Amino acid sequence: MNALLSVKNLSVSIGDKALVEGISFDLAPGEVLSIVGESGSGKSMTAKALMGLLPPMASATGTAMFDGANLLAPHSKTPRGTGIGLIFQEPMTALTPVLTIGLQLTEALESHGLCSKDEARRRAVDMLDRVGIPDPAARMRQYPHELSGGMRQRVVIAMMMLLGPRVLIADEPTTALDVTVQAQILDLLKEIVRETQIGLILITHDMGVVAEMADHVLVMKAGKAEELGPVRDLFASPAAVYTRDLLEAVPRIDAVSTRSGLDTQTLLSVRNITKTFQTRGALFKSGAAHRALDDVSFEVRRGETLALVGESGSGKTTLGRVIARLTAADAGQVMLEGTDLTGLNGRDLQTRRRAVQMVFQDPYASLDPRQTVGRTIAEPMIIHDTLTKTERTQRVESLLDKVGLSADMAQRYPHEFSGGQRQRIAIARAMAARPTLVIADEPTSALDVSIQARVLDLLEGLKQSEDLTMLFISHDLAVVRQIADRVAVMRNGRILELGPASALFAAPKHPYTRALIDVAPVPDPARKRGKRPVLRGDYPTGPLREADVGHWVAT
Amino acid sequence: MSAATHQDGPKAAPGFLRRLLSSPSGAIGLAIVFLLIFCALFAEMLAPYNPTKMGAGGRFLPPGGDHLLGTDEFGRDMFSRILFGSRITLLIGAVAVGISLTIGLAVGMIAAFRRGWIEAILMRSTDVLFSFTETLIALSFVAVLGPSLQNAVIAVGVAGIPFYARTCYAAALVETAKPYFEASISAGAGPTRLVLVHLLPNVLPTMIVVATLGVSTAILAAAGLSFLGLGAQPPTSEWGYMLAGSRDYINRAPWLMTIPGIAIAMTVLGFNLLGDGLRSSLDPVERK
Repeated sequence: MNALLSVKNLSVSIGDKALVEGISFDLAPGEVLSIVGESGSGKSMTAKALMGLLPPMASATGTAMFDGANLLAPHSKTPRGTGIGLIFQEPMTALTPVLTIGLQLTEALESHGLCSKDEARRRAVDMLDRVGIPDPAARMRQYPHELSGGMRQRVVIAMMMLLGPRVLIADEPTTALDVTVQAQILDLLKEIVRETQIGLILITHDMGVVAEMADHVLVMKAGKAEELGPVRDLFASPAAVYTRDLLEAVPRIDAVSTRSGLDTQTLLSVRNITKTFQTRGALFKSGAAHRALDDVSFEVRRGETLALVGESGSGKTTLGRVIARLTAADAGQVMLEGTDLTGLNGRDLQTRRRAVQMVFQDPYASLDPRQTVGRTIAEPMIIHDTLTKTERTQRVESLLDKVGLSADMAQRYPHEFSGGQRQRIAIARAMAARPTLVIADEPTSALDVSIQARVLDLLEGLKQSEDLTMLFISHDLAVVRQIADRVAVMRNGRILELGPASALFAAPKHPYTRALIDVAPVPDPARKRGKRPVLRGDYPTGPLREADVGHWVAT
Repeated sequence: MSAATHQDGPKAAPGFLRRLLSSPSGAIGLAIVFLLIFCALFAEMLAPYNPTKMGAGGRFLPPGGDHLLGTDEFGRDMFSRILFGSRITLLIGAVAVGISLTIGLAVGMIAAFRRGWIEAILMRSTDVLFSFTETLIALSFVAVLGPSLQNAVIAVGVAGIPFYARTCYAAALVETAKPYFEASISAGAGPTRLVLVHLLPNVLPTMIVVATLGVSTAILAAAGLSFLGLGAQPPTSEWGYMLAGSRDYINRAPWLMTIPGIAIAMTVLGFNLLGDGLRSSLDPVERK
């Protein structure tokens, strides 16, 4: 088969600094090529070079033959849209917020002079229908903000497909989406590739997505190609050491859970927590109420890791914040070792807070940029402990050592550290308060997969050595499977299922849990790639009943 | 405590200065402001005449000769008056901005930190003050306190508060919502610690830029008050007052009006350029 796009020796550099070096690959019609790599590996830069979208100071060399022309030749123009289409990660920024969907869809057709106005409209409606948007004629009049993230990504795909490109480059097209929506978008892309026989270059960091989608895989690291091969061979017998490391670092949802349910006394008891957010209304009109938490009750046992799992808007983060007293609940109690945290105020609250510490998602915003790392870690000790300065310094150094950083880093400022290192510092700060409960809110979702694995190991190790109890908030079921003893699945402010991790993953009792597990991409290309079940909106959300020992399900 | 932060980070200072000097606006602004400070500090040594001594050689002498910038209607040496005027101008800028900045910082940080009804009262009263022009507020202040240079400076300082409070409030709101701030709350930090250790150092860079730009506004406002006769009183060598006094002689001795005008314009330009340079060298986004 003739290659649609043939790239040879593609290099990108800014000045003397090489960002991409000697990348070569071929893309055949109907083929999906995945480019995998961690941040800074040059995978996006490769796509930008092909699209002719490099920043002005960057220059590309090599050849990329598409349609008989070299895209990388000086002064060559990439046939953007009509020849090669590009789909971005963030569907909101890819659409203009002030124009209707219809206008944005037809605009490109008309400006390329492909057809008349009426014809453009008709084709746009057809294409919206094609990408699975219900009631497409009505959608044409809507604005981007009226659509959900998944719908917007569908519109972007429709927009690209309208121009009839022969190669589609999708740069992390599902990273910003929930797992159930991600599954639908991936299915759609797969279908489009099969039916139209275009070539798809899928840039991603998620090995699960690669296994589900790709025919060939290009693994990149630090601007160089580590390995290029068919997806099955690459997963079965990775040639490059880096590929092997990458695959090993990926948490697997289908792994065997070795955790046994602990049966010890209760540390934290959350009772009937309700929280409603009031959206701001207009003048003379009260705002709508959004129920973030709806009568949530559960218990955390001493020494266990309980995971709160859910998609965006499920209320899992709000629940964590209520327990940490960063958000006030409307009703309900948070009992920690017999004290109701919701009833505390002022000094009592300040002293009691040390028992519950948080690790936040964003490693860049969770450290004070104007404090040295040492001062940041020392803060809980300055507030609570009566230590001398030398004792404090010693403890800061031992904490840094515990989280895998060196003691001399205490003098440095946060901006000198990488995302993974910052997250370690944030964990050290949490440890410095000597807490009984640590709430980790998506602590690894901003990190690369190999770094994620190491941070998870660190948390696990600290939990053992420091005798901690952990509440782990995540959207990623594979990560949860690796770290949790028990799992609570949340949706729309309610817990739908709560049980031991092993039982819950092996035999989910609630249909929503089952659906969540089914749609999660598994890093195993040998698994049957079928069309996944469509998630319907209605699930039983009634009170929890004990279906098995310690396994509760909403009825 | 902010001094301690600077001590800990020695690498911050030289890099910052280099960035400031590498931008043309920062370098020129810094040069003008330094020249101004130099004039103010060594006015006695630099000035060839006593600025308030009348009739030293004749009235309305044009620039050149014995009197570099000529003499005014009382025969006072213009060059000496301008030099001594720089002292007052700098003092006005520093004191007025000091008043606006201190109170503005306090109001903005307290409003953003405490929220609730305190926030409502502080920010709504700021809004009310905001709806009057600064000059009007300053004028009414002077009307109550009586015309004098000191009162003019206080008036200009008070009139500037709403702007500083608003800016500080906006910056502080952003910081209090960040995870590092919440992590400190979780660590059990009390209000004093939260505001002084975490909030203040993080809003200060923004406010320093705003204050530098504000110096020029304050100087202009004070000069305006003096021009109206509500600020500096004779025989003070204040640029705004000198401008006002020379109005009657615009045809006969145009330099009397031009020279203080240029001095004010250069000073304002200098502080504006410096503020611009500071903004781009302190802003981490523009730095990249």
